[in-house]
Amino acid sequence: MSFINKPKVRHPDLPQNQLGLTRRDYEGAMSTLCAGCGHDSVTSSITQAIWELNLRPEQLAKLSGIGCSSKTTAYFASGAHGFNSVHGRMPSIAAGANAANKDLHYIGVSGDGDSLSIGFGQFAHAIRRNVNMLYICENNGVYGLTKGQFSASADIGTRSKKGEENRQAPVDPCLAALSLGGSFIARSFSGDREQLVPLIKAGLMHKGFAMIDVISPCVTFNDHVGSTKSYEFTREHYHEAVHTDYIPARTEITASYGAGEVLPVQMHDGSQLRLRKLDKDYDPNHRGKAFEYLRTRLRQGEHVTGLIFLSPGHDPDMHEMLHTTDVPLNQVPYEQLHPGAAGLASILKRYA
Amino acid sequence: MTVPPTDTSHPDYFHRVVDCQWACPAHTDVPEYIRLIALGQFSDAYIVNRESNVFPGILGRVCDRPCEPACRRGRVEDKPVAICRLKRVAADHKDDISSRLPVIPAQKNGRKVACIGAGPASLTVANDLLPLGYEVVVFEQWDKPGGLMRTNIPAFRLPETVLAEEIGYIEQMGAQIRYNSRIDSLRQLLETGGFDAVFVGSGAPKGKELKLPGRTEGGANIHIGINWLESVAFKHLDRIGEKVLIIGVGNTAMDCCRSSLRLGAREVKVMARKPRQFFKASEWELEDAESENVEIVVNHSPKAFVVEDGKLKGMLFEQMAYDFDGRGRITAERVTGETFIAADDVILAIGQENAFPWIENDLGIEFDQWHVPVVDVTTHQSTRPGVFFGGDAAFGPKNIIWAVEHGHQAAISIHNHCMGQPVTERLPPTLNLSSRKMGLHEWSYKNDYNPVERRLVPHVSLVERFKKISIEVELGFDAEQTAKEVERCLNCDIQTVFEAKACIECDACIDICPTDCLTITQNGEEAELSQRLKAPRKHPHQPLYVSAPLKHTGRVMVKDEDLCVHCGLCAERCPTAAWDMQKSKINLPHANDHQWPSPQQRKTA
Repeated sequence: MSFINKPKVRHPDLPQNQLGLTRRDYEGAMSTLCAGCGHDSVTSSITQAIWELNLRPEQLAKLSGIGCSSKTTAYFASGAHGFNSVHGRMPSIAAGANAANKDLHYIGVSGDGDSLSIGFGQFAHAIRRNVNMLYICENNGVYGLTKGQFSASADIGTRSKKGEENRQAPVDPCLAALSLGGSFIARSFSGDREQLVPLIKAGLMHKGFAMIDVISPCVTFNDHVGSTKSYEFTREHYHEAVHTDYIPARTEITASYGAGEVLPVQMHDGSQLRLRKLDKDYDPNHRGKAFEYLRTRLRQGEHVTGLIFLSPGHDPDMHEMLHTTDVPLNQVPYEQLHPGAAGLASILKRYA
Repeated sequence: MTVPPTDTSHPDYFHRVVDCQWACPAHTDVPEYIRLIALGQFSDAYIVNRESNVFPGILGRVCDRPCEPACRRGRVEDKPVAICRLKRVAADHKDDISSRLPVIPAQKNGRKVACIGAGPASLTVANDLLPLGYEVVVFEQWDKPGGLMRTNIPAFRLPETVLAEEIGYIEQMGAQIRYNSRIDSLRQLLETGGFDAVFVGSGAPKGKELKLPGRTEGGANIHIGINWLESVAFKHLDRIGEKVLIIGVGNTAMDCCRSSLRLGAREVKVMARKPRQFFKASEWELEDAESENVEIVVNHSPKAFVVEDGKLKGMLFEQMAYDFDGRGRITAERVTGETFIAADDVILAIGQENAFPWIENDLGIEFDQWHVPVVDVTTHQSTRPGVFFGGDAAFGPKNIIWAVEHGHQAAISIHNHCMGQPVTERLPPTLNLSSRKMGLHEWSYKNDYNPVERRLVPHVSLVERFKKISIEVELGFDAEQTAKEVERCLNCDIQTVFEAKACIECDACIDICPTDCLTITQNGEEAELSQRLKAPRKHPHQPLYVSAPLKHTGRVMVKDEDLCVHCGLCAERCPTAAWDMQKSKINLPHANDHQWPSPQQRKTA
């Protein structure tokens, strides 16, 4: 939290994107989070990603629940749509908004408390429905807003600031998403922007539910020795299995990779993901193997990061499953949406 | 090869960050006095100024302002802080400061110093040596002090009262100014004066001549600029013809054309050989002249004075055309025609030179081929020990603020010389840093960036100002303008100080920095490293800070000092106080910091 606002003055030669906007144009309100909070770095990565994607702020809807993490949406893209829901209920709001207007890009920002405790049911069903959105879970292992109690993602053996040890098994959002049929599952670290920014871009362009679990240290309650989600521990036990490069549509591909090192993935909008395997034996397209790999590494106390799983097939999103119209529902004229008394009668006749 | 960690303990590093202070020859502590003005402490602001530049009231009006083109605000936005005009605010609104002048010891040290010429350089020498117990005698050819500040700067830019006040302080301190005492022989002074050291601050008093046909015949109406201004200053002359041509476009030319308008000229043209980008005059002096309807005519090269019946009629000019290369330099010139311009009087303002007809050849004082004395740039000592030069007399025409700095440096040498120390024995500059942190998010300076634009100083109306030559044209900032202008200062002396050991690489500072001057990255070669900064490095001559390796990843924190607005948000957002905002105070030693035991004391010890 700061007493002065970030001045509007900027570097005169800041690069502009295709819309003529600078990164500064995608900023939001001044953060009131603690100095050094990982969430502010995530904000900055989101800002960078949407600037690089040349999105107009009004093409974006920002959704969140309750918690330190859920304040994030206020801190980027002031011109975007937004909804701040009750605790843990952001996925329902996102699903509802997406049902009404499938043309917007949806970014939900949640945390380990909001997603894995009070909102765990909501989280699970959004994955099942494959709601077309980017879901970022800012994961710090504690309830920061209520002074640092262990959250559902706290690892066994991690210690609180006061010294108590956690004995309960953690909920790993990536494992959960794998088991629930998630089509895009990634993990990253707030302190690794080179990894996180392309993942955010890929997640936003992925058609379906894209989940990024971002280890985002709580500088006030969980950045001490003994914590498994501190800056220092994360950097030491950080294992990037797959690195993702995001190649926008109509880009001349100049980099060359050795065969077998890179998996090119075509996105529905023409852009391309290039998954560089840093761990040779890893297969990010195999749900079962990914699950096993993650479990093994977790037992060794390692944070596996990168694009952990990307569904190789076509996973229909919520709209495809529901056979909705091509035109977003909020743009269908009322007369067409509403069957009228006669229409209703004819529908009811079917059940007579 | 990676960049080694920046050594910020060297005083020059943080000094360079304070662009204005670094650019000022006398290194005036600009941000400090602007903060004092903001607090309404005008007398304190005046004293901070006086310590380094001695004549804040004079310089607040007519300084060459090397600080302003250097000002960071000019890079971040467009226009620099109006530093010079703020200095004047301090001088105009201060209380009586005579009790705060340096204390002069009743017990003198028995050493006598002669200064030749009562200009800014000599007066600074007196100012620095009198508090050390020296007896200082200043020889002045006219009946009033000030040198070129009085004779060459017209009263409508620098009122007599301001000159009198600030020179008065130095007389009050005990400087003995001998008026109407022109030195005609240095030998005589050296042999019979009984001085332990002599300082030559006699300026560059010889205006350059333009030897063209008709110069002698029309001589009565052809004037040398600086001599003409001198005659005006001493009221030996109070009229000029209706049509006046000024040859040359330096600052002297601007003073000549504006003075002419106040002495009856109706049509004044300033004649320039080259296009505007080659003019020597300061941009603001050109603007001031043009606002008084002086016409500046470019690409006209003087060819001859036209004299009929022994009376000057005008001048013949060659019209010039130039070719330029890609960098704007002239590659070729051509004469395209000839033109006659009528004039009643012509003033030559094409430069000035040193002249020392009163220095004998066999005194051991060497001169170079351009008759400029051979003077050491640091000690200001000539080739004859005990004789020192400063101001325009030393290295040719510069300006007042340089003369003051020469005076400071020469005073150290004179003090050393008189105390039996080598003149080269000089104290180095030192640096103090002290944190401005007051609380969790509180700093003891105003760190909020105010986007307000540079204030324009009000002028006396065009009708009023010509009524008398002594009407000062600039009025100075009013209270409201001052309040706004002080807010534009970025407090560059409140430094961002980084402690690499404390950094946890959370990126908070990187994200919050409004001008993107911070980057955490792998170290590398400077040129290559500069390519990887978060925002382009706009001015490579600006310092680049590179930290020691950070403890988690071994990367380095890099700061491009260029566009930092010193808002302190990096320090405010830093969870481990690895960044701190600390005020740098650069101490530049003057003569009174060089405390030597006097030769007698050493003998008895």
